[in-house]
Amino acid sequence: MHALEIENLHKTYASGLQALKGIDLQVEEGDFFALLGPNGAGKSTCIGIISGLINKTSGSVRIFDHSIDDEFTIAKSLLGSVPQEFNFNAFEPVEEIVINQAGYYGVPARSARRETERYLKQLGLWQHRRSQARRLSGGMKRRLMIARALVHQPRLLILDEPTAGVDIELRRTMWDFLDQINDQGTTIILTTHYLEEAERMCRNVAIIDEGSIIQNTSMKKLLKQLNSETFVLYLREELAQAPCLQSFDNVVMLDQHSIEVEVPERHSINDLIRELEAQGIVVERMRNKVNRLEELFVKLTAKSGAASAA
Amino acid sequence: MLRQFWIAYLTIARKEIYRFTRIWVQTIIPPVVMVALYFIIFGNLIGQRIGEMDGMVYIDFIMPGLVMMSIITNSYSNVVSSFYGAKYSRHIEEMQIAPVPNLVILLGFVTGGVARGISVGVAVTLVSLLFTEFSIHNPLIVLLVALLTSFLFAMAGLINGIFANSFDDISIIPTFVLTPLTYLGGIFYSIKLLPELWQTVSLGNPILYMVNSFRYGFRGASDIDLMTALLVIFAFIVVLFVFCLVLLERGTGIRQ
Repeated sequence: MHALEIENLHKTYASGLQALKGIDLQVEEGDFFALLGPNGAGKSTCIGIISGLINKTSGSVRIFDHSIDDEFTIAKSLLGSVPQEFNFNAFEPVEEIVINQAGYYGVPARSARRETERYLKQLGLWQHRRSQARRLSGGMKRRLMIARALVHQPRLLILDEPTAGVDIELRRTMWDFLDQINDQGTTIILTTHYLEEAERMCRNVAIIDEGSIIQNTSMKKLLKQLNSETFVLYLREELAQAPCLQSFDNVVMLDQHSIEVEVPERHSINDLIRELEAQGIVVERMRNKVNRLEELFVKLTAKSGAASAA
Repeated sequence: MLRQFWIAYLTIARKEIYRFTRIWVQTIIPPVVMVALYFIIFGNLIGQRIGEMDGMVYIDFIMPGLVMMSIITNSYSNVVSSFYGAKYSRHIEEMQIAPVPNLVILLGFVTGGVARGISVGVAVTLVSLLFTEFSIHNPLIVLLVALLTSFLFAMAGLINGIFANSFDDISIIPTFVLTPLTYLGGIFYSIKLLPELWQTVSLGNPILYMVNSFRYGFRGASDIDLMTALLVIFAFIVVLFVFCLVLLERGTGIRQ
């Protein structure tokens, strides 16, 4: 069954801006799905429509086969949403925010309190339950929004940049938590600008750009499209100029001890090391210049931008 | 499903009531102090020189109107500030994301407004006992008019909150529309004192009907026929109720 099924979704704002130009998208039940795109691509508009915060112009959205138009009560009950921006009453205590959200979904008070305690404990907020939300740190506020979105036990969870502004340690804790609830059966749709996050967590991915889906495939297949990767090499000895390599065209000198080399798909890292060794250059360490998905993402969105400009 | 909606309604209503009771020093006390000053100045000091109005001691005449004025302004301001605040800080989205029907959102916010209007009305009535003897001609009419009026103005506050785009917008209507209509709604004088033309003009003021039917409940005397007054109030409630639902359904001011 599809957890989410979007057909021919259009959104044109009153200003005339066409944010979505007929999107089709399916997300399988149990999936961990990445919805990626540059700023202003239409991701948040899409999520806003699914969540009922933005009116669509046309098209249909179904959550576990329930239309958000005709069966909105059931469809919304199945959905939990963590928006990009904080949207809770900052003057309310943390516990009240989560309990009230459960109440809006019709969860009886006793269950609401139990689930609130469970998620606040899991997300490390239990000791702050009586604090006003405005007194929490940025990371805690993000976790509060996740607890609030989960309190009614949704089967589909949409996270719009949940780790924005969160330090790396906390981000990893949140990844583990999201992995855990995905393993328990919750379908997750994630939008993020941290492409390492998407590559690490998501099995399938759609890339949206200028209101259209330009890629919709599995993460593995997507990454296979990457026909070259750029590596930064740290060298033992100083170099006066960038070495001239037979099999590698794009070699850039970063400083006297490091170079950047683009390795096409047809060549291996061994080929590169061999050529460098032949010239007496010893590589001490190396790393990817950028995350693989990031490299591909930049290429795809640049291509899409160029096509629409033409 | 009805149980689900009932829980959602109780959640919104409880939250709204908690909101104004938590800050009672800002929400309950100021209108009580203000009305106490009205009683002292217009009731005691000036009222004694005025003598009788419509067959009543002046302070007895103005007492129902002052209570009604408190109910109107507080039920209105509770909802307008709460709804606009929810819009401004975007926590209205908590309800929009959830399966809460617009009717439940409307009734939840309005319940908060009615609760504050009635709470302040009771507090002001208690304060009035310091200045005038307590007498109620028909308690049911008093209760009915108080509930209907607070319901009506809570909805009016919601409409203001829906259209408001800034904090200035939530004070414009109370300052330039509500307050003049309230003062000209027969709180301090009987419309029989006015020239015929202004008596007719006054009949276009909906607050006149509320003040007079409320005064009837307390004193058994009114410038307006009771049934006519109740019908006018009821008609306004129906119109505003439908208008509120249409606005929420369209997502005016809250959905792009």
